[in-house]
Amino acid sequence: MRRMMAAFVALMLLAAPAVHAVQPDEIMADPVKEARARELSRELRCMVCQNQSIDDSDAPLARDLRLLVRERIAAGDSNSQVLDFLVARYGEFVLLKPRFERQTMLLWLLAPLLLAGGGFALWRQNRRRAQDGADVPTPPLTPDEQARLAALMSEDAKSS
Amino acid sequence: MIAEAGHYALVLALALALIQSFVPVIGARLRDPALMNVARSTALAQLLFVGASFVALVTLHVNSDFSVANVYENSHSMKPLIYKITGVWGNHEGSMLLWVSILALFGGLVAAFGNNLPLSLRAHVLAVQAWIASAFYLFILITSNPFLRIANPPIEGRDLNPVLQDIGLAVHPPMLYLGYVGFSISFSFAIAALLEGRIDAAWARWVRPWTLVAWIFLTLGIAMGSYWAYYELGWGGWWFWDPVENASLMPWLAGTALLHSALVMEKRNALKVWTILLSILTFSLSLLGTFLVRSGVITSVHAFANDPTRGVFILLILCLFIGGSLSLFAGRATSLKQGGLFAPISREGALVLNNLLLTVACAVVLFGTLYPLAMEVLADFKMSVGAPFYNLTFAPLFALLLLAVPFGPMLAWKRGDLLGVTQRLLAAGVAGLVVVAIVWGWTRGGSALAPLAIGLGVFVIAGAVTDIAERTGLFRLPFATTFHRARGLPRSAWGTAFAHAGLGVALIGIVCETTWNSEYIATMKPNDVAQVAGYELKLDGLLERQGPNYREMIAQFNVSHGGEALSVMTPSKRSFTTRGSSTTEAALLTRGASQLYISLGDVTADGAIAVRIYHKPFVLMIWWGPVLMAFGGMLSLSDRRLRVGAPKPARAKQRLQPAE
Repeated sequence: MRRMMAAFVALMLLAAPAVHAVQPDEIMADPVKEARARELSRELRCMVCQNQSIDDSDAPLARDLRLLVRERIAAGDSNSQVLDFLVARYGEFVLLKPRFERQTMLLWLLAPLLLAGGGFALWRQNRRRAQDGADVPTPPLTPDEQARLAALMSEDAKSS
Repeated sequence: MIAEAGHYALVLALALALIQSFVPVIGARLRDPALMNVARSTALAQLLFVGASFVALVTLHVNSDFSVANVYENSHSMKPLIYKITGVWGNHEGSMLLWVSILALFGGLVAAFGNNLPLSLRAHVLAVQAWIASAFYLFILITSNPFLRIANPPIEGRDLNPVLQDIGLAVHPPMLYLGYVGFSISFSFAIAALLEGRIDAAWARWVRPWTLVAWIFLTLGIAMGSYWAYYELGWGGWWFWDPVENASLMPWLAGTALLHSALVMEKRNALKVWTILLSILTFSLSLLGTFLVRSGVITSVHAFANDPTRGVFILLILCLFIGGSLSLFAGRATSLKQGGLFAPISREGALVLNNLLLTVACAVVLFGTLYPLAMEVLADFKMSVGAPFYNLTFAPLFALLLLAVPFGPMLAWKRGDLLGVTQRLLAAGVAGLVVVAIVWGWTRGGSALAPLAIGLGVFVIAGAVTDIAERTGLFRLPFATTFHRARGLPRSAWGTAFAHAGLGVALIGIVCETTWNSEYIATMKPNDVAQVAGYELKLDGLLERQGPNYREMIAQFNVSHGGEALSVMTPSKRSFTTRGSSTTEAALLTRGASQLYISLGDVTADGAIAVRIYHKPFVLMIWWGPVLMAFGGMLSLSDRRLRVGAPKPARAKQRLQPAE
């Protein structure tokens, strides 16, 4: 049984990479620093994964980055210093929350611009329509529809 | 034989779709009823042939016919029957076949139940459906034929991706596609209206049930997918703002806006142009989603460039339909007359605000998904957009929307009384504030945001209750009268209340889970005890077991709370030999709306195992919310006024009355 178990474990290790994100051996002794590390991890991209943060990912690279973040925190870096360090090393690609820059300005300003633009358009339309006045009359029925209406009316008349 | 028959059925369906694309339109031009009626027969026949083709592929998978490439690549003879069937759409070719099958199903439904539609409108709608269908049949036949044979058939298949071997695959994709593809009906109606140059309140009445059906399925499909990811991926996340998820969220946002604007159009004959545009946009976003998921462009721009046939084909379809419909819209929209004036503060005004916020939210998701792609291609600037970005931009928009939700149904049409409504919502507002105070007092020192958000959720739920109470005269009138009124209340009013309350429920779940989730990560040996959120979990031991096409290692946990034994939880790790990959099967223990969640990691050399244990407070409310929304949608759909087709007069009842 024991040998089978060992063989099975070996098989598992061979077959699959780690299935866990944060590993027990990575966790920092100081819970405050660990919390900071987790918070930062959620904002950093695992660059070989598809849109996963290093906090969620099982990839070996994500683990390396998590350890690196903890190393920097242990060395006394502030949160933004850690991020700067990683950006200098891996580029803006590593940030899941892009910085407000020339290239990302449109992305960040989209929602307020659209809201303002939409609101303005609605206000103008409302004013214009208030000046235009009354409801537009509904279009007259087509001959087809008049025929159907007549048929329906006569049916109703028969049944009641 | 079966594969060839399935292939041939698909070719015949294409031929039928091509006939359906042109003959009815010509018929409408010539005002020839016989030609226009062709659409009905071809739509039904198309459903028959695509159905046959789909059944053929299912049969091949069930029989494990490995001479067919699609079966060889995605199946295994030892796979349980259910996964042999669901594996049909667990791959690119099969899922595209499911896509067109559902498209044919909707076309068939319009043909079968659209007797009340004016003949030319029905002909046009079915013709537009056939345009879409033709494009996708061609796509399947040219680039993604699921019936391709292998010259030298292998003995055994390569098995389905283990993550997909789950009951979730049986439900999630069909639901999602029923939603995605269901929006093709409102799209076809919009194009038909533009082609005919006529649109009125009756049009909205015909479109709304179809939109509602699609919306219900999409809502359930997204929620189901989210729960599947939650329990299958093994780390308890339920929404990742992944491009693939965004692809389904965008049509949902636009579709929700469409439901509300169609309401204004039906009741007040206003917002016509906007409703048409939303119909077009909603389905365009569905197509875009299909493109994003199916072309591989999201995984990496380079993967797309390496094997561009499929991607370019869908991109062509996308440009053709979106470009074509938008130019038609630009050309014809001005001829549609606006009707129904309303003051800014009115039910219509509230629905316009709803539409503005939903559309902006949708635009944010669209930009977040495509912006990095565009920047990489155009400016050679590699960047990422992930959860932290969406949390900052999407959340405020939804908070604004939720704040306005209770006001909408209580405002009067044309000109509303905001002050009056505010007074009537006072109780709901007070309920929200009391909850804010209680939660804040209870979690002293935490962030102020979470209690506020929970208060907002309570306000939305209480607002929905207030709306029903106001309509039925609850607490004001005798109970019998209230009961009578409640029974007489249109089902759509109940539907609105349930759907809106569902939003509040989901919000509370989301906030609780993200704020007060507790987590325990460690390596444990047998007889070790983990303490999480007041629960003690003792690892009894590890054992192994042979499944049908995998081996699994199971850890057994005894769970107790305050010394009282509760249950045994058995998370496991499965290793699939054929693909050489493994999955974690998390164990879940539900306590009210909260859950304990255990997933396993690796075994260390000395026999200890890495575990992750979470306590997720009120996590189930995240999915109860969408279920409530879908239930509200179904209630609304069962409303007599909205039944597919125009309501019929109650003749039977009339006959029983004495003659006058």
